[in-house]
Amino acid sequence: MTRLSLPLIRCENVRKRHGHRRILRDVTFSVAAGEVLALLGANGSGKTTLLRIIAGLDRPDRGEVWLGPVPLSGAGPEIRRYVGVVAHAPLLYDRLTGSENLGFYARLYNLEDAGARIEHLLRSLRLWARRDDAVRTYSRGMSQRLAIARALLHDPPVVVFDEPDTGLDRQSLEDVSDLFRQLRGRGRAVFVTTHDTARAFSWADRVCELRNGCLQQNAESKRNG
Amino acid sequence: MMAELPQEGEQSRARAGLAGYFRVVWTVAEKDVRTELRAKEILGTMAAFSVLAAVIFGLAFDLRVPRTELVVPGILWVIILFAGVLGLHRSFGSETDRGTLTGLLLAPVERSALYLGKTAANLLYFLVVEALLVPALLILFDVNLLKPLILLGLLLGTIGYVAVGTLFAALTARNRARETLLPVLLLPVLAPLFISGVGLTAAVLDGRAASEAWPWIGIIALYDVLVFAVAFLIVDLIWEQG
Amino acid sequence: MNETAVQGGAGRWFALLLVFDAVAALAMIAATWAALLYAGDAINLAGVEQVAQRIFYFHIGSNIAALLGFLASLVGSLGYLISRRLVWDRWAAAGVEVGTIFGVFVLLSGAIWAKPAWNTYWTWDPRLTTATITVLIYIAYMLFRNGFENPDTRARFAGIYAIFAFLSVPLTYYSARLFRSIHPIVFDGANQEAQGGFSIGPTMGQTLAMAMIGFGLLFFALLFHRVRQMELESRIDAFRGEIVE
Repeated sequence: MTRLSLPLIRCENVRKRHGHRRILRDVTFSVAAGEVLALLGANGSGKTTLLRIIAGLDRPDRGEVWLGPVPLSGAGPEIRRYVGVVAHAPLLYDRLTGSENLGFYARLYNLEDAGARIEHLLRSLRLWARRDDAVRTYSRGMSQRLAIARALLHDPPVVVFDEPDTGLDRQSLEDVSDLFRQLRGRGRAVFVTTHDTARAFSWADRVCELRNGCLQQNAESKRNG
Repeated sequence: MMAELPQEGEQSRARAGLAGYFRVVWTVAEKDVRTELRAKEILGTMAAFSVLAAVIFGLAFDLRVPRTELVVPGILWVIILFAGVLGLHRSFGSETDRGTLTGLLLAPVERSALYLGKTAANLLYFLVVEALLVPALLILFDVNLLKPLILLGLLLGTIGYVAVGTLFAALTARNRARETLLPVLLLPVLAPLFISGVGLTAAVLDGRAASEAWPWIGIIALYDVLVFAVAFLIVDLIWEQG
Repeated sequence: MNETAVQGGAGRWFALLLVFDAVAALAMIAATWAALLYAGDAINLAGVEQVAQRIFYFHIGSNIAALLGFLASLVGSLGYLISRRLVWDRWAAAGVEVGTIFGVFVLLSGAIWAKPAWNTYWTWDPRLTTATITVLIYIAYMLFRNGFENPDTRARFAGIYAIFAFLSVPLTYYSARLFRSIHPIVFDGANQEAQGGFSIGPTMGQTLAMAMIGFGLLFFALLFHRVRQMELESRIDAFRGEIVE
């Protein structure tokens, strides 16, 4: 059971430059199982870059990211199974239907019992009735929910969200808040970026802010307070 | 339910093996073809372009050339070259435009399998187009290209072309000038394929001995082998970071 | 920003670079003198061909420089992909740029010579074809680099392209050689079908050596200057980045 004390996400001294612009300077933080960490920051502050590094889409110039006990650098493709990503774009093929999209990703993730898992997700995200419609006919909120289903398809221990609140109506926002509660309850580590301070505090156990590429940990912790 | 933690050595548990690898290749290729059948972005354009180009070459050359066998090898390969460029850039262009490339890269699969799946789908488009083009050339120029050696050269040449083309399409997908740049990058690197393809087709049409055709096939096959070998070494570098 | 501080060392080498420039200039003057005045006439040529063959020293000299550029691009690209240090990428990029200039010069001098020797400016001889395709690949490489903002992405992708280009060039040569060759191979008379070949006397051999050294030095002088310029550019970008921050 000692493994449980390990944080699921651990960033140590992560540094990243784009050309000569320093995006991240020695960012260090960790997210434990059952914890939601919100990352605040203005546009272009490096939130998305940090998120991409955690998701293994980008490599830090220096520093290391650990998922559980496994360092991302030098890890094989299987490590990507432990992360689910809800990105800015929905990552869906708009010519394919909702269930075809999930079916495609389920095969890429080589899921056992994919049919049942897809049905469960589509039902719980209220997409079951529209499962055989092409994604390009979906509303923004529906695409977002399907994107969430795609990210949770393989039931990853680490889930990262890139500004999940942009362009959503109130109902969908509540869905997202609800989802965070569920993920926390099931012992997942959640990393979410946003630029809405109030929302960050309502969602998260801890709130940090990226400013000039440095992580400000001083933001008040809501739950422990 | 408790989250399943990643464990050291877990990645070596290689869920996949060779069968799993090709399952990924198949999944990606099947997805591409299925999307293409609905969107009709690539195949239709490539097919229409090649038939149109054959007609235009016919108008340009037919009356001036004593024997059409003299120009048909060149016409065949020029059309394939240009029609191919037309289709290839959509291969990754559509994935980057809609951000779905990120979805593919997030999957716990070897990236070379993604590349191979894309290559397989493109190969299918090319072969369909060629299956239209060869009869079109027969009708327009009265030159029969349906000879075993020509078809073998065409198949091998197309494989090499698609292998380089798909990789370069991935390279240019995030470049500012990608549509215009792809042919400029591709065509000079394809020179060995083009020269050998034309040489082979001409040799067979001239009715020369098969021993004169085989060196061409040899060069094309060597090109294919080299290209795939390097593509496999290099493909991870393309997508290692944004 | 340690890296930029180290690059600042470019200034230290500047005096040395100027000396090198002077040496290269002298070598080129000597090579030009030798090619036009010192080298003897070819034994088996007459008339216009006799005059035209003197361009051969510039042709071979440029060819050496173009080959060095090609080599620099490959070494620089591999170096970058292995070490991920942008210094290597600058050598690759500069090698291609300088190599392209000499490559174009090879093609032009060849065409000028070919008119009296072969009675045509252009032919699809394998060397000629390969040289032309290589220059086109260089040009594509430079255009490709243009389209990237991020210097690391640019270096990575350009390096990958350079490796494919390097692979395709010998195959281009072999496939073009399956067509009949008429290019003279000056150093051995083995190619019976070659036209316009000539035998080399002692003064011609010395001149050729001088031309190769002269063009080699000129290539390196231009290469060093271009790399230095690129380093300065990148420092300016770095300062600009700091000011913005």
